[in-house]
Amino acid sequence: MKILAVSPHLHSGVTTRILMRDVLIALTPAFCAAVYFFGWRAAALTLTCATTAALAELLAAKIFKKENNIQDLSAVVTGVLLAFCLPPSLPLWMAALGSFFAVFVAKELFGGLGCNIFNPALSGRAFLLASYAAYMTNWTRPFDAVTTATPLAGAAIATVTSAAAQSFNSLASYKELFLGAVAGSLGETSALALLLGAAYLLLRRVIDWREPFSYLASVAVIMFLAGQDALFHLLSGGLLLGAFFMANDYATTPMSTRGKLIFGLGCGVLTSVIRLWGGYPEGVCYSILIMNMFVPLIDRLDEHKK
Amino acid sequence: MRKLLRLCPTFGLLLGFCPALAVTTALTNALGMGLAFTFVLTFSNFFVSLLRRFIPEETRIPLFIIIAVTFVTITDLLIAGFAPDLYQALGIFIPLIVVNCIILGRAEAFAYKNTVLAALKDGLLNGVWFTFGLLVLAGIRELGGAGTIFGFQALPAGYVPTLLLVLPPGGFLLIGFILAAINEQKPDA
Repeated sequence: MKILAVSPHLHSGVTTRILMRDVLIALTPAFCAAVYFFGWRAAALTLTCATTAALAELLAAKIFKKENNIQDLSAVVTGVLLAFCLPPSLPLWMAALGSFFAVFVAKELFGGLGCNIFNPALSGRAFLLASYAAYMTNWTRPFDAVTTATPLAGAAIATVTSAAAQSFNSLASYKELFLGAVAGSLGETSALALLLGAAYLLLRRVIDWREPFSYLASVAVIMFLAGQDALFHLLSGGLLLGAFFMANDYATTPMSTRGKLIFGLGCGVLTSVIRLWGGYPEGVCYSILIMNMFVPLIDRLDEHKK
Repeated sequence: MRKLLRLCPTFGLLLGFCPALAVTTALTNALGMGLAFTFVLTFSNFFVSLLRRFIPEETRIPLFIIIAVTFVTITDLLIAGFAPDLYQALGIFIPLIVVNCIILGRAEAFAYKNTVLAALKDGLLNGVWFTFGLLVLAGIRELGGAGTIFGFQALPAGYVPTLLLVLPPGGFLLIGFILAAINEQKPDA
């Protein structure tokens, strides 16, 4: 066991397995929403990712001859989180490959649970986006699976073509964004379902409120200052999913209170910059991955403080 | 395989990463680069060794580079004249052979201190193994990233290429994993 935090170390009796089980429970509403909006294909994708993730974990344990950690459920959580950032139309084998990359390459090759630098699920998504860009940006509308643009992509085009920066409302009303009847990846459609899960995790004290708070607040403030619709930006894309389920992964984010706030702020600034000026309509994935790289530096800020 | 790859300066000495990353997106480019490189290295080693008694210690590095430049220019013009497609593909990386650290490394560490024949052999072998390393990298990247080998379709037509492999991050990752695999310490070794 590697000790990362400064002493004293209190053992709270909470194991990785219990934490991960809580995360899975918290993801259930979003899963149900995904199945409701996108049909059984959403379930098939999630199942494929979770199974492949678990198999990759088993394979890694066998090849590297180490203790088999499959019971701690962390690989399954990675698989489910990855599935939640995929478009519903993605071929299953691509999802499986991404899931394998997430667990085997991004997690196990870097040393396994607690040693990985980058968030495995997001690394898997980045791998898929770089490799199969066309498939990864083929968004479909809920219920009838007609190909369409996501609200964010539509907004990006709208800001370019028309001077009216506030033309979002015609693309997707707040109610649709909140409930989830918009195009997007599996887990990012329904803000309501994600918030339900996040509330559960916050109540169970599985996650810290600081990273999501500073992440969401900085995006809202920057978008407001940039003259954009802040609420639209909070509700759309993978922001809520990223803020509550990925920007506070234990292994890849800072330990200290101040560090967590800085990490969230950095993610918020990067996400806003990518959304406002970047080539991609959505920047949650890359901003969290980029901030992952700064975690050792942020941790060092508080290294010698008592 | 592990021993063979260690002979390649890229994997054994961690030298020459620039071409190893840049031109290994296709086997043809890798082969062209490897041959051009072998030519330059062999002759620069030969002349460094031949002139080692006339090269003063203080100015040896610039003189090594001038010797290498001569052969890089010859290669550059030859490829431009006889293989314009390859010239297009390799672009700036042919002139950059001059500053390839394997060339300077072999000149400084070997050719400057050894006889002409030994230096010639050293240059040739290093060039050949470097080419081998490039081909291994390019083979994996071209097959996975484009589904072809030397430009010919090698995988079924339905194969969707894994683009990451031919992008720069894929090159870095691949080199990293190969290095990890060949440097892994076996507990019993």
